[in-house]
Amino acid sequence: MKIKARGAEYVEIDYTPMIDMTFQLIAFFMILINFGDGEQDQRVQLPSSAIAKPPQAPLETPITIQMVRDGKIIMNGQLLNDVNAIRPFLKAEQYDLQTKNQNPKDATIIIRAHKDAKTGLVQQIIKVCQEIGFEKFILRAKSELGH
Amino acid sequence: MFHAHHSQLTTHLLTSFHSLPQRLHMAVQFKKRGLPDKIPIDMTPMIDIVFQLLTFFCMTLRVSAAEGDFNIKMPLAAPRAGLPDPDQLQPMKVRMRADANGNLIDLSLNDRSFNGPDRWRQLHNHIAGLVGDGSLAASAEVELDCDFGLKYEHVIEAISAVSGTAAPDGQVIKLVEKIKFAPPRQE
Repeated sequence: MKIKARGAEYVEIDYTPMIDMTFQLIAFFMILINFGDGEQDQRVQLPSSAIAKPPQAPLETPITIQMVRDGKIIMNGQLLNDVNAIRPFLKAEQYDLQTKNQNPKDATIIIRAHKDAKTGLVQQIIKVCQEIGFEKFILRAKSELGH
Repeated sequence: MFHAHHSQLTTHLLTSFHSLPQRLHMAVQFKKRGLPDKIPIDMTPMIDIVFQLLTFFCMTLRVSAAEGDFNIKMPLAAPRAGLPDPDQLQPMKVRMRADANGNLIDLSLNDRSFNGPDRWRQLHNHIAGLVGDGSLAASAEVELDCDFGLKYEHVIEAISAVSGTAAPDGQVIKLVEKIKFAPPRQE
């Protein structure tokens, strides 16, 4: 006990390994974080495909329309009950494109539909988009490439 | 009186001025002697910030599966101009029928049915036979004709089967690139 009492008044802790580790963790999370996934909705479970390739480059003018299992549509963060409810949003997108001297033909509609959603409802979305002038569509699936 | 005081002050100042280097030397010596061997840096604020950053990244991290795309170019249907090109493949129509639950019960291509658990593989091989060595792949077009209530996952399975196949090295061997939908059927 006496020896202990004569020792240093406080023990100096070496923080270096902890700080190293913490900075490595921060770097790891910073690389992993993806702010572009904001359009993904957890209610939509995509069907999987063995050959669906992740996009090589970001799309110039993407417009995302999502469909949940019961056929409701999510667009611009709003849950819509009917396919015709997407018309005002698409018209707004059309106007926005025109102000940028672009055409609806230049835009790409990304469809993220739940795997159990009815195909007829997905086709109705495509039809409404076609009527407004959109031509390019992307059907999104869960990629199994490399698994 | 004033002169006497002034001369005293001048003498004092001059003495002080002359002894300035000596004083400075002493001060430096004093400082040197007063410095500790190791200057302790307070790490607390940095560690606080670092842990806050770590917590932020941990909370905002969302593990999501990789997503892939199928491109479909589908303008509003326009009447075909002129006679069909004899060098082009006949349009391939994939018909998919569903039961009341939306499950696929019948898959056919131009009235040829494909059954069993490997029906998608059969469909793929059949289309590969029609398209041949790939010279017709650019002009080949598949139309998907689906029941209204068919589960969407079967559509993606069909598109995967007609679009190509994945090689063991992960590369996609393309088959048919032009895919379109027939007009939607009534519910």
